[in-house]
Amino acid sequence: MTATTQAAAPARSSASLRHRLAERGIDPLLLLVVPAALLTLALFVYPFAYGIGLTFQPTERTADQWGGGALANYVAFFGDSFVRDSVWITMRLALPAALFNVVASLPIAMVLRRKFRGKRLMTSLLVLPITLGTVLTAQGLLIFAGRQGWINRFLLGTGLVDEPLRLVNNYFGVMLSLVITGFPFAFLLVSSYLSGIDPTLEAAARTLGAGWVQRFRRITLPLLAPGLATTFVLTFVLAFSVFPSARLVGDPGGATRVMALMAYRSFAEQLDYPMASTIALLMGVVELVVVAVVFAWRSLLYKGSTGGKG
Amino acid sequence: MAVDEMAPVAVTGPAAAPRRGRSAGLLPGERRLVASPSAWLVWAGMVTFLVFLLGIIVAVVVDSFGRQWFNSWLPLELTTGWYTQAWDRFDLAHVIGVTVGVALAVVAVSVLVGVPASYLLARRSFPGKKAFTLLFLLPILMPPITYGIPLATVMYANGLGRTVLAVILVNLVPSVPFVILTMTPFIEQINPSIESAARMCGANIRQVFVRILAPLLVPGILAASILVLVRTVGMFELTFLVSGPSSDTLVVSIYRAMTSAGGGEARQLVSAMAVMYTTTMLVMLVVALRYVNPTQLVAQVKEARDD
Repeated sequence: MTATTQAAAPARSSASLRHRLAERGIDPLLLLVVPAALLTLALFVYPFAYGIGLTFQPTERTADQWGGGALANYVAFFGDSFVRDSVWITMRLALPAALFNVVASLPIAMVLRRKFRGKRLMTSLLVLPITLGTVLTAQGLLIFAGRQGWINRFLLGTGLVDEPLRLVNNYFGVMLSLVITGFPFAFLLVSSYLSGIDPTLEAAARTLGAGWVQRFRRITLPLLAPGLATTFVLTFVLAFSVFPSARLVGDPGGATRVMALMAYRSFAEQLDYPMASTIALLMGVVELVVVAVVFAWRSLLYKGSTGGKG
Repeated sequence: MAVDEMAPVAVTGPAAAPRRGRSAGLLPGERRLVASPSAWLVWAGMVTFLVFLLGIIVAVVVDSFGRQWFNSWLPLELTTGWYTQAWDRFDLAHVIGVTVGVALAVVAVSVLVGVPASYLLARRSFPGKKAFTLLFLLPILMPPITYGIPLATVMYANGLGRTVLAVILVNLVPSVPFVILTMTPFIEQINPSIESAARMCGANIRQVFVRILAPLLVPGILAASILVLVRTVGMFELTFLVSGPSSDTLVVSIYRAMTSAGGGEARQLVSAMAVMYTTTMLVMLVVALRYVNPTQLVAQVKEARDD
């Protein structure tokens, strides 16, 4: 904001000040960023600050039950094991899902980088689930992988299992839904980072006699690693805030009682806005810790303009 | 590893190198017919994924046309009745109207606001640039629920709750930064000397924008718009927090139908709605892929050589 207020000043003052400011990169063109900045401030920063303020104004019920005065919401969060455990439950879903999506999309992106017949079709098919969204994926999983769904019919019919497998309404169901919705996203990002790497580098390595393992380990992976870290973070964010799938194909009372679900429960069912904001805020904190760890590790990696950068 | 693979190269010369390893015994340009185990693994993974994907889609479509479908491979009787029933019961004409209206409004505002900001971030360095970048990155990095709940609380406190305007506003929060982030690489790849040349020829800033940059940016703006459109139509978490019966978008109505009190609506009704939703999204995606290569979003593509 300081930059924009300063930018408005030279219009009134002498040309030389204007010139001096322009040399430092401050001129009226900076006004272009003002609408976007104002919008983000009004709709993101202000509500966020308001929410933080709200967490220190617990409802009477929370204050009476948990004590702790202004910090009652936090006492309640860490004291109530029903709420506290949701942190661990969320991590147990989101971290493996994000990791799996990144690791699985890497080889597939590398295979699809080559030219072959039907490449466009293949790419489109892999990206297709983006259009499905979590709600439809949930509905499809309930029908396809449910007790009487085609998977169980097939497995029973071929005699592989004796009784229907329980694939939905538990941890596994949510994991499946996270992979189906998150994988295309990871795949898209990884292939864009991969396509940013100049193929002549690999060609040069090949000319010098490097095998594919060496080319991957010494050329592609180091250039791609920052991009992979970014992809991991973005897929993690997606998986971290699941809640339609946790409610619809999961076990919302137990194994998939994720933080988002708890926050929504306080918000819409108990109308306890301060508690809802507290859970939402702590959700952000937990997530930012993971993101910060990944980015701290990423900053140790090569960052250059050769592509594959994050 | 490095040593014993590099050593023979020094003796035999680079020309022999490509023939070592996997492609040993093949002429240059010739390919093996039998794929390696790793390739099989990749293809097996892809096939599993596609089986699940197609299973999910086909199951929903079949379900939406079946009169009743319990313990059999396929429904015994087919009907299109669920569609007309869902259309009337959930007032889908209104819901789809709201969905389209919200999506278009969000696209228009986020492009108008986001593109100028991304131009600045792509071209200029100025004090506080890092702070602005962080400001625009945070809404994308944070899970929607995190800022959605305080934002919804503010909106309910100001009497905006359950209105269409509230739905548009919440959706702008991630959309504007998204436009900024996707447009920045597009702007970076335009040669700045084109703008300088225009300035030298006497064009002012406005002319540079309207006559030089805008035409060059059309593909980028189109790509960003379609992505924002798809994201907004598919956005569940944020819309759900502030929408009410008269401002529900299609995804939210589907969710409400699935979780409504009393065990939810008939499964086929939900499936019929879900099919309509996916068809809409699919049409948009096909249009999107017509104009943009999704893998070009982050960086310019150098086509991998065919070797």
